[in-house]
Amino acid sequence: MQALKSRFKYLFTSTKGLILWAIAFVMIITALWMPLSGPMISWGIRDIAVDIIGYDLVHSEREGRLVMLYHSIAMAVVAIVVYMITGYFKMEEHYRVWANATVTVGYHLAAIFGMWFAYFGHNWTHHALYLFGLSLVFFAGMILAVALWPWQDKYKIKDPKSPYGHTKSGLDLERTALWVLVIAMLGSAALGAWAGAYFGNGFEAFLAEDTIRHPYKTLQQKAVIGHLHIMLALIAMSLPVILSRWYDFKGILHNIGMRLMIFGGVVITLGAWSVTVTPHAHTIIYFGATASMMTALFLVIYGFDQLIKNHVKEEQYEKPTFGQKFKGLFKDPLKFGPLWQMIYFNFTMSGVGIFMAVKLSDIFRVWPHSEERIVLVGHWHVLSGIVATIIILWFADVLGLRGKVRKWFGWSVIIGSDIAFGAVTIYEMKRLFTSEYMEQPVINATWLAIDIGLGLTMLAVGAFLVWRLVDLFKHQGMWTREVKHELGFEPTPTDEMISGETGTEQEVSQ
Amino acid sequence: MKRLTLVLAVLLIGLLASGCGAVPETPKGVSLYTEAGVDPDAWALVPAGEFLSGQYEEVVNLDYDYEIKKTPVTNAQYAQYLTEALAAGTIIIEDSEIKGYYPGDPYNGGKHEVEITEGYYIHMPLGLEENRIFFDGQNFTVKAGYENHPVTMVTWFGAKAYADFYGWRLPSDHEWEKAARGTDGRPFPWGDEITYNHANFYKSGGPFQTSSGYSDTTPVGFYNGSTYGDFKTYDAKSPYGVYDMAGNVQEWTGTLWYQLHDRKMWGANKQSFENYVRIWKYDSATPTYYSPNTGFRVARDAE
Repeated sequence: MQALKSRFKYLFTSTKGLILWAIAFVMIITALWMPLSGPMISWGIRDIAVDIIGYDLVHSEREGRLVMLYHSIAMAVVAIVVYMITGYFKMEEHYRVWANATVTVGYHLAAIFGMWFAYFGHNWTHHALYLFGLSLVFFAGMILAVALWPWQDKYKIKDPKSPYGHTKSGLDLERTALWVLVIAMLGSAALGAWAGAYFGNGFEAFLAEDTIRHPYKTLQQKAVIGHLHIMLALIAMSLPVILSRWYDFKGILHNIGMRLMIFGGVVITLGAWSVTVTPHAHTIIYFGATASMMTALFLVIYGFDQLIKNHVKEEQYEKPTFGQKFKGLFKDPLKFGPLWQMIYFNFTMSGVGIFMAVKLSDIFRVWPHSEERIVLVGHWHVLSGIVATIIILWFADVLGLRGKVRKWFGWSVIIGSDIAFGAVTIYEMKRLFTSEYMEQPVINATWLAIDIGLGLTMLAVGAFLVWRLVDLFKHQGMWTREVKHELGFEPTPTDEMISGETGTEQEVSQ
Repeated sequence: MKRLTLVLAVLLIGLLASGCGAVPETPKGVSLYTEAGVDPDAWALVPAGEFLSGQYEEVVNLDYDYEIKKTPVTNAQYAQYLTEALAAGTIIIEDSEIKGYYPGDPYNGGKHEVEITEGYYIHMPLGLEENRIFFDGQNFTVKAGYENHPVTMVTWFGAKAYADFYGWRLPSDHEWEKAARGTDGRPFPWGDEITYNHANFYKSGGPFQTSSGYSDTTPVGFYNGSTYGDFKTYDAKSPYGVYDMAGNVQEWTGTLWYQLHDRKMWGANKQSFENYVRIWKYDSATPTYYSPNTGFRVARDAE
């Protein structure tokens, strides 16, 4: 009993345990629901899964089911982001405990009862518990907003020479950026909740990509469109800020980058909300997106520079050549990967989005709606996938993956996911270079690449989780040490910084 | 690790290099099964009354009887029309395209609305690999084996011109939907569930699909309960006896959208995933769009 209790304590009270369980939870959902989509249908696996598990797939309810599936997975990801914030950023202990506890209960309720309601018959108690779970996740965000309040004196940077972005009054810009994003998420969640309540009661769930060409959209439909775009964007935007601690991001780029993220966070959120009232929302969004993407760019520049410097230092090169420096970038896939994924994102997500916006009338609106819908669905799946890989690569480092396994795991996730996301992008854009009549080889090739890439990524993550599952059975496994270690602490001039070295973290007591 | 990277890179490049488009091989079924499964000249009567429209079953009343063709218009029927229309001067051949006059749409200033003004518009391209209808300078002929397949590569203008020529019309969105699902709100013309034996959709198999996954059109009325070799079909007609309302080719309808120049295409097609074959799912495109997946059928007032 004690053994179970201690492991439960690890998984549900320590930050690393909570994140490990949340990732495993998403993988379980993915494994259980993967048979219902994509090639699994034509391979006949969907029908087998339906027979064994008993999914209730009413045809007219597909859109509603998908909305609940997206929310179920998204709530687990939001929970991971909350854990990362409470782990990395200083806050009073009771706020940390309450935020973690609330979001943990919330995402479990939302996912379990949401999926139960969506796929196994409509018990309205389940639906109520799903909504209650979503509400708890929202409440956890409110706790975070209070806990992060950056104007508290104790969170101000007192040393004017601190390398971390701050104002003259000592306001910590990184903390402020994160706080802005949390507030933006709360408002955006409320926007979705308002519209969702309307559609939920009317049982008229819809997928935004299906309405894209409707000349008239209701206020609630526009709110849903704004909500889904901004929530995903804000989750993605929070990562460069949170991971700044991991990379020990500082200096002038940090100072400017965090200011841009504050500006970008406010503008892009207001832009997404304004979709309900103005046809010019995209213009506003572009300003916000550009600013926040600059923050990610600055982090990438800084991070790459650090990777090279660390390599040069380790190898004791006196006058390193370009090739020697370049090699430093690729030495550690777990540190390189998240930064690279932020670059790759531009080819598979933002680049596609900008091209689509610029050529909407000339190209995409000349194509049938179904082609435009494929691009829309594809590019946000890619963004979600990139967010997931960044978190996974970061977490593998945090849990101390070392040696050859570290390299195999890291490169498998990077190469596997990038093959898949690249192939998705080619598939989305196939009409640029092949006709409907001749497209089958392109479809076959890209889908094979998607399957191989995702398969490789899933195998790597699956192996990682099995490794940690085995560890949980050990009396003195790694989990016994991790239960005492939190992620880090917010940097201040007087604090000792988290080491930028591979896979190491200094123990801190909060 | 380097070796794995190299292998994956070569695999990806090879796959993509081999896949930049190729004319698909013709499925065996094209030469084996050439007859229409249902008489393409037959009409189905749809009586006046209410029906459940859309995914969320809005009650809509069509207070008149009408008739709709039991099958999409076939290549043979369309080629015959083209010959007659050319002789009558209602279409012209210009720049390897069949064109015809259209008086224009009302323009309502929608955000993405393109003004469709009076003029000559493409009805069908000529000389493309995917064409099933050819023009020899005098007559229109159909590629052997495809006579009873639904006409494809026809634009909305071309579909409307055909209907107008014979004094018929393209069905409205509601007329098409009611003919497809009857009055009980079913998701598919034949009932509540779909199998690979009900319709021609993505990877549904059958003699008109190649081993590479390419699906060709099937003759109209192919899914009528007959067995073709070892491939059995179910009788996939709608409550009014209308065929091919799910899969095979998506069909232009006549309803104009307010503030958008797009026209709707109902019924999904041979390349559609299963969930897009549900009756209420429709695609849309500019009226000059043509595709090997798009055809049409016609309607008329009840006699």
